[in-house]
Amino acid sequence: MHPAFSVIFLTTLIGLGQGLFLAIYTAQVYSVVELIPMTQGDDRIVYGVGSIIALAVLGLGLVASFFHLGHPERAWRSVTQWRTSWLSREVIALPLFMGSVFLYGLFHFMGWNPLLMTIGEGFPIDLTLVMGALATVMAFILFLCTAMIYASIRFLQEWSSPLTVLNFILLGGASGFTLATLFVFYAAPELVGFIGGWAIVLTITALLSRMASLVRNRLLRPKSTPQSAIGVRHSTIRQIAQGAMGGSFNTREYFHGQPQRVVKMVKWSFLLFVFPLPILLLALGIIVQVETLLIAAVVVQYLGLMAERWYFFAEANHPQNIYYQAA
Amino acid sequence: MTQLALVIDLNVCVGCSGCVTSCKEWNTSGEAGPMPDQNPYRAEPTGTFFNRVQTYEIGTFPNTETLHFPKSCMHCAEPPCVPVCPTGASYKREEDGIVLVDYDKCIGCKYCSWACPYGAREFDEQSKVMKKCTLCVDRIYDMSLPESERQPACVISCPTSARLFGDVEDPDSEVSVKIREEGGYPLMAEWGAQPSNHYLPRRKVHIRVRADELVRADNPLKKENFSKLSKDEQSLDDVMSW
Repeated sequence: MHPAFSVIFLTTLIGLGQGLFLAIYTAQVYSVVELIPMTQGDDRIVYGVGSIIALAVLGLGLVASFFHLGHPERAWRSVTQWRTSWLSREVIALPLFMGSVFLYGLFHFMGWNPLLMTIGEGFPIDLTLVMGALATVMAFILFLCTAMIYASIRFLQEWSSPLTVLNFILLGGASGFTLATLFVFYAAPELVGFIGGWAIVLTITALLSRMASLVRNRLLRPKSTPQSAIGVRHSTIRQIAQGAMGGSFNTREYFHGQPQRVVKMVKWSFLLFVFPLPILLLALGIIVQVETLLIAAVVVQYLGLMAERWYFFAEANHPQNIYYQAA
Repeated sequence: MTQLALVIDLNVCVGCSGCVTSCKEWNTSGEAGPMPDQNPYRAEPTGTFFNRVQTYEIGTFPNTETLHFPKSCMHCAEPPCVPVCPTGASYKREEDGIVLVDYDKCIGCKYCSWACPYGAREFDEQSKVMKKCTLCVDRIYDMSLPESERQPACVISCPTSARLFGDVEDPDSEVSVKIREEGGYPLMAEWGAQPSNHYLPRRKVHIRVRADELVRADNPLKKENFSKLSKDEQSLDDVMSW
């Protein structure tokens, strides 16, 4: 498939925003149940500003998505088919998630945090905790919708797998926790080890899951063949004309248009930039507490994720390509 | 239930692209139009088409065969392109099974084209909406046309009658009979979209001659070997033609 930059930015940015929110909410939950000490930083900064950054990243992703549309002014129509279309579901889930992150941040910022109830030995359940739980559910629904857009197309065999959903969750989570590590370095330095540690764990898990999908796709056998495409049973079928002289939509939309060595280079660079390099930078950054290393980790991993998403599209081989062998 | 569709006879298609031209002519000026081109008269011409004729070479020289292969929307019974549309612009008509795009609702996200295994949908770079074969829906129901012309433009124009149009759900229609009796098959059946368009395969007529048909088995006079006949001897034919 042709990797469109609007979709690469959309999927990586909203993944980053979702991960960032999940990171700060994880910190709140852990501090409520006292697995980590209460943050010394101002709640308004840690959770309020954290939510604002997450919202900004999600907003950028939303803006990027409009560049993919031929008629962005009609985008509102895309909320109507949620019964059948994962794309429509994503269009609904993204603003709902952004809304719940907004409320979560707002409640923290304004200090609207009444105690709703206490569980067990005095674990307080307050309003922000409930709001955050709601937003967390929305974050996972959004991950599911985004990934299912790709995983639900059964004849794009490279995408049609539960691993696609797992990868979107883990890669979004990993990049968001990495960004959160940098954020808490300024907002609540005592959390750097905690969130940074989770960022490393998520990045390693994402590596395993992404490797699994790479291996799976390598072993795939295409279901469609030139024989099934034109219905002629002969082992040698060569296309000599594809019905267009200067190419068509079919030769542009479904091909990445790059030589195999570029595809290979992108694959190896994302395997390097998304996983080992950020892990190294994060670990060093946490140990020596140097800002530059954490900034580098965020930047390197995000660039790597763009390459990862480019490869995700380039790797998918659409069965219609059989009809355009001459492309 | 009605399912209008095309049956394409690969045995008689000569690859003249007449269907491509007449499709574009009718539809670019009809309800489904325009079908704009980019650089039509310069290098790298490209544009929107509902129907294209491709050519395949089957086998290795000298045992090759050329196959001309027209391809347009299959108007699937289970169209995978329809449920994925986020706006409902892409739909399948209940009354005749034609899959259409409402250009006023389409947002141009191209998701439906990803969800079509046949690559039958083409994005119009000028109008920024997805376009596809309509089976000339603005023509087949036009009562101002004589009945013989209430057919898709591609079907009327085909000089070898390689294209047939009709209801594939009606077992007695011309197309259903053709599919049944001439070995009609759908493309890429493995994806379960149940395409309605069918293709009739290349068919070759062979005369089967057995060895004993070359020599008359009951030959009482055994006088069939003319080469051995001497000048004055009678052949069986001479005897019979008395």
